[in-house]
Amino acid sequence: MDFMVFQYPMISVQACLDGILLGILFALIAYGMALQWGVMNIINIAQGDLVILGGYIAYFMYLYGIHPAWGVIVSPIIMFFVGIAIYKLVINKVVDRDLFISILATFGISILFMQLMNFAFGADVVLANSDYGTTMLFNSNVVLPNSKIFSAFISILFAICLVIYMKKSKLGRAIRATAQNARAAKILGVDTEKVYAATFGINAALCGVAGALISITFTIHPYMGLPYTIRSFMIVIVAGLGNLPGVAMSGMGLGVFEEFADYILGTEFRIGSVFLLLVLILVYRRFKLSRKREYLK
Amino acid sequence: MNKNNLLLYSGILIFGIAAPFLFPAFKVQLSILCVLIVLATTWNIQGGEMGYNSFGNILFYGLGMYLCASVQVGMFFPLAEWTESGGEKTFVHTPAQFFQGMAVGLIVAAIVPTIVAGLIGYSILGLRGHYFAICTLGLGVAAGEISGGIEIIGAGQGFTTPPFPDVGSLDSRGEFFYFLSFFVLVLTFIAVRGIYSTRFKLILNAIRDNEDKAEAMGIETMKYKIVGWMISAFFCGLAGGIMGGLVGYIDSTDVAFDGREMGVFMVLMAILGGKGTLWGPIIGATVFHIFKEGFWTFFLGWQYVALGVLIVVIVIYFPEGIMGWLREKYPERFGEVVDERDRKAQVELK
Repeated sequence: MDFMVFQYPMISVQACLDGILLGILFALIAYGMALQWGVMNIINIAQGDLVILGGYIAYFMYLYGIHPAWGVIVSPIIMFFVGIAIYKLVINKVVDRDLFISILATFGISILFMQLMNFAFGADVVLANSDYGTTMLFNSNVVLPNSKIFSAFISILFAICLVIYMKKSKLGRAIRATAQNARAAKILGVDTEKVYAATFGINAALCGVAGALISITFTIHPYMGLPYTIRSFMIVIVAGLGNLPGVAMSGMGLGVFEEFADYILGTEFRIGSVFLLLVLILVYRRFKLSRKREYLK
Repeated sequence: MNKNNLLLYSGILIFGIAAPFLFPAFKVQLSILCVLIVLATTWNIQGGEMGYNSFGNILFYGLGMYLCASVQVGMFFPLAEWTESGGEKTFVHTPAQFFQGMAVGLIVAAIVPTIVAGLIGYSILGLRGHYFAICTLGLGVAAGEISGGIEIIGAGQGFTTPPFPDVGSLDSRGEFFYFLSFFVLVLTFIAVRGIYSTRFKLILNAIRDNEDKAEAMGIETMKYKIVGWMISAFFCGLAGGIMGGLVGYIDSTDVAFDGREMGVFMVLMAILGGKGTLWGPIIGATVFHIFKEGFWTFFLGWQYVALGVLIVVIVIYFPEGIMGWLREKYPERFGEVVDERDRKAQVELK
C-alpha cells in the first residue's frame, strides 16, 4: 500500500489525466462490444485478442519503417476482413444458440489467436515507437506523452464517425433495426445475415483501431487480450447497451480507477484489481436488480 | 443396484487398483486422469444439472492447491523462509511429517474452499446466464493475479511443494499419488451417484429448466444452488491439493488458477461427454485426456492452437456430447419409451 498519491496532489492529477486518456481507448473497444452484443446477442471473449492483433499490425508497419500512426488506417481495414472471416467460420453457427455456447466458442477463438500470435510474433512485450515527444503541464509536474493525446483524439474521431454512420447510412439503419427486433427486420427485407457479418466486421475494425493506438501508446503482448475483453464487458454492463455517453464516461472512470489502483496497490495488482472490480460490479448489480425483483434474460 | 451394475462397478474398481501395476509408465498420467474426472464430474453438478455454467471452479482448485501445500509446509517449518529461496533444500520432511502434513493439508484444502463457496455463493449465484459465466471467469483470473502478488506463497516466482520423502523404492511416489487420486475419484463418484438418486438432483434440474417456476413452487432455489456449488468446491479443493503435490511446483497463473487451461478443460470435458449425465463427464474426461496427450506429443508447440480449434469444433458441432449422441441413437438403453409413430415422424422431418 502506498498513499503517496494523496500526499502529492500533482501525482493525482497525473493519474487522473492518464486514466482519462486511457479510458477513452477502453470506451472505443467497449463500443464495439456493445454493438455486437446489442445486435447479435453474443459476448465475444476474443474481443481483447482482436485488439492485440490490431496492435501487431501497427507494430509490423513500424518494423518495416512506416510510421505506426498509419496503422490507425491500415489495421481496421485488415481487421474488418478478419472479423468477417471469423463470423463466416464460427460466429454464424452460434448466433441463435445458447449464450454459453457463444461464450465458450469465442473463448476457443481467443485461445487460438493468443497462440497463433505467440508463434508469429514471439512472446516479447513490444511497443511501436511513434516519436511524438511529451507535453509538460503545471510547471512540468505532470508529463503527458503526446502519443496518448493523439490516441484519445483518434478514438473520439472514430467514435463520432461511427455514430454518424450508424445514424445516416443504409447499413447503419439496418443494423439498428436488427438490434431492435431481428425477426421484424427480416420480415421487412433486411438481410440479417449480412447485417450480422457487417456488425462483427465493424467491431473487429474498431478493435483494430484501438489496438493500433495501444501499440503506439502502451505495450502489446500476445497474452494481454483477456483483460481488454473484461474491461469492455465491464464498461458495457455499467453503461448499458446503446448508451454512448455512458460508455465514454464509464470508460474514463475505469481508466482513472486503474491508474489509482496502480499507484496505491502496486503494478502487480493492477490486472487483479480490474477483475475484482468486475466481480464487485456484477454483485452490486445483482443486489440492485433483486431489490426490484427483476432480471435481464 | 442390480447385478449388471455390481459387476460393472467391481470391474472398474479392480481395473483401477491394478492399473498402476499394469501400466507402470503411465502412473502420473493416470493420476492426472483421475483428477480430471473429479473436476469434470463436479463441474457437471452445477454446470450440467443446475444450468449454472461456471468458469470459476478453478478458484476452488487453485485455493485447494495453495492451501494444501502451505499447510504441509507450515505445520513443520517457517513458510516464508521456505518460499523465499530454495527452502525445500534446507528443510526436509521426514516421511511421517510428509504424510501427516498431506492429510491435514487435504482436509483444509477441501473445507476452506467449501466455506468460501458458501460465503460468496449468495452474491454470485444470484447472477444469471452469461453474467454468471463472466463473473466466475473474472473471479478465477482475479484470484490468479492476486495470488501472484502475495509474497508468503511465493508471489510470481512460484512455490515448490514438499518433495516426496525417501521411503525405500523409487516407484512409491507415483503409486502414492495414484492411489490418493483414485481414492478421491471413488469418493467423488459415490457421493455424486448418491446425490443424483435423491430429490436434490431433481431440484437442481428444476432450477436449470425454469428457475422462476421452481421458486414459485416453493423451492428455496438459492439454498440449493449454494449447496450445489459447495459440493463442487469441496471436491475441486481436494483435487487441487492432490495436483499440487503431484506437479511439485505451484505457479499462480500457470498451475493453480489456470483458467486458460484447467478452467476450460473441466467445462470442455463435461460438454464432450454430455452435460447433465452421470457417466458423461467421466467418458468425456477420459477421451479428452487421451486426445490431449496425443496432441501434446505429436503437435508439440502447436498444442494450444489445436486446443483452441478443438474447443470451437466441440462446441459448434458436438454440443450434446457423447452421451447425448448415444441417447439419441439408442433411447431404449436409457430407459426412455419411444413411440414408433414419433420416431417415424422424426425421420420424415429429417
